[in-house]
Amino acid sequence: MNQRGLSREKLVKAVKELILRANFELEPEVIRLLKKAEREEISPEGKIALKIILEDIRVASEKKLPICQDTGLSVFLAELGRGVSLDFDLADALNQGLREATQEGYLRRSVADPLTHKNTGDNTPGIVHLNLVSGNRLRIRLLVKGAGSENKSRVRMLTPAEGKEGIKKFVLETVSRAGGQACPPLFIGLGIGGDLEMCAILAKQALARKAGSRSKDRELARLEREILKEVNRLGIGPGGLGGKFTCLGVQAEKSAGHIASLAVAVNLQCWAHRGGEIVL
Amino acid sequence: MKLEQARRIQTPLTAGVCHSLKAGDWVLLSGRVYTARDQAHRRMADAIDQGKRLPFSLQGELIYYTGPTPARPGRVIGSAGPTTSSRMDQYLEKILGLGVLATIGKGERSKEAREVFQKFNALYLTAIGGAGAYLSERIKKSRVRLWPDLGPEAVYELEVEDFPVLVAYDLSGNDYFERCRDKYRKGVE
Repeated sequence: MNQRGLSREKLVKAVKELILRANFELEPEVIRLLKKAEREEISPEGKIALKIILEDIRVASEKKLPICQDTGLSVFLAELGRGVSLDFDLADALNQGLREATQEGYLRRSVADPLTHKNTGDNTPGIVHLNLVSGNRLRIRLLVKGAGSENKSRVRMLTPAEGKEGIKKFVLETVSRAGGQACPPLFIGLGIGGDLEMCAILAKQALARKAGSRSKDRELARLEREILKEVNRLGIGPGGLGGKFTCLGVQAEKSAGHIASLAVAVNLQCWAHRGGEIVL
Repeated sequence: MKLEQARRIQTPLTAGVCHSLKAGDWVLLSGRVYTARDQAHRRMADAIDQGKRLPFSLQGELIYYTGPTPARPGRVIGSAGPTTSSRMDQYLEKILGLGVLATIGKGERSKEAREVFQKFNALYLTAIGGAGAYLSERIKKSRVRLWPDLGPEAVYELEVEDFPVLVAYDLSGNDYFERCRDKYRKGVE
C-alpha cells in the first residue's frame, strides 16, 4: 500500500482554524436546536435566557469574540488512517495548532498544573485520543470542553442487574445535581460499557457526533429518546431558570464490557456545544 | 416580559435596594462591579486570616465571579460571562463579612451558602452562563485592581451598563432555583 504523506505545517494551520471557528461560531445544527427551544419554551425566564444565548451567538460570530469566556480544554478525537505516514509527532502538532489559536484568537489561558496552579500559558496540552483506522486520511474531531459542564460529569460502575433503568436513573441524577451550574440546555454524551476509562471515551465520542443525532443502533436510539424525554421533565430549564428545555440532545455509544460490570459515563456539555471536524 | 422593561439598579447597592428585590426579579445593573473567582477568593481569604486589609473597601460592593478572555485591541474586555458560583461557597462568609452586598455568578449554591446570604442580608444574583460575548458588550470600563499575576483570575474593577441578572436568593430566604424547578418539574426524580 502506498503511504500518503501529510505536512505538519498543513495540519497545524487546519487545527488552528478549527479551534478558532469552534470558539467563535457554533455548528448550524446546535443553533437550530437552540432556536427551536427559544420558540417553544414555556417558562418566561427560560425564554429570556435563550434570547440572551442566541444574542450571544450572534455577537460572538460578528465580533470574533469567544462565545464563552471559558474557552476550555481542547479535546481531539483523532483517527489516523494506516495509509498516512507522518514524519512528525501528532500530539505535538495538535498542540502547536492550539497554541497558535490561543494567541491569535485571544482565548483565555485556562490550563494549569493541578497541584501548583501554575498556568501552562498557552492552553496546551490538549487531550488527544488516537485511533488507528483503515484508509489514507487523518480525521480530527474537536470538542471544546468548559469546566462548568465537565465538572458535573460523572462515571459510575453499575451492576449488570441495574441495567437500562439504572443507566437512566444515573443520568437523571447527574443532570439534576448539575442543575443550572452546567449551563443548560445541555447536550448529554452517554458512554455505556467497556471499563472505567473506555466508557468515558465513548461518552466523548458520542458528544462528537452531529448534535442531536440518533444512534444507528435501534436499542441505543430508543434509550437516547427516552432519556431526553425524562431529562426534560426535570424542570431545570435554560440557564437553570426553569422550563422544559433542560437538554437538547442525548447521544449514546456502547461497547462490550465484562459480564460482572456495567460501566457508565455521563459527559455533560453546555449549550455552547463547540466543536468541529477536519479531514486531511 | 421583555428584558428592557426590567428594573434598573445603580451600584454600589444600598440595604434599601437589596430589601426591595425579590427572587425571580430581572434587574439591569449599572455602575461598579468587582470581579473575583477561585484564586482571588483564596488570596482574599488568606489576607483576612492573616489580619491584613485589602487596599480598598468592599462595603456595599458587588462581586462578579468571572475570568474574562484577553481583550482584543480596541475592546474594553474579552468575553466575560459568569462562572459556577458554588465553587466560591467556602469563601462566602469571609467575603460577605467585608460588607459585600451581592455576588453574581451562575447556578445553584449549597444550602449553607444560602443561609450565609441571609445572615448577612446579601443577595445572590445569577447571570446567564456562557453568554460571555453578549455580557462583555455591557461592560464599559475595565482595569485590574489586585493581583495582575493571576491573569484572568485577577480582581478587575468593571463599570457595567444595563447588565442583566436575575435575583436567585432574596433577603427573605426565597430561592428562585428551587421554586422554578418545583414549578416546571413533571413527576420525576
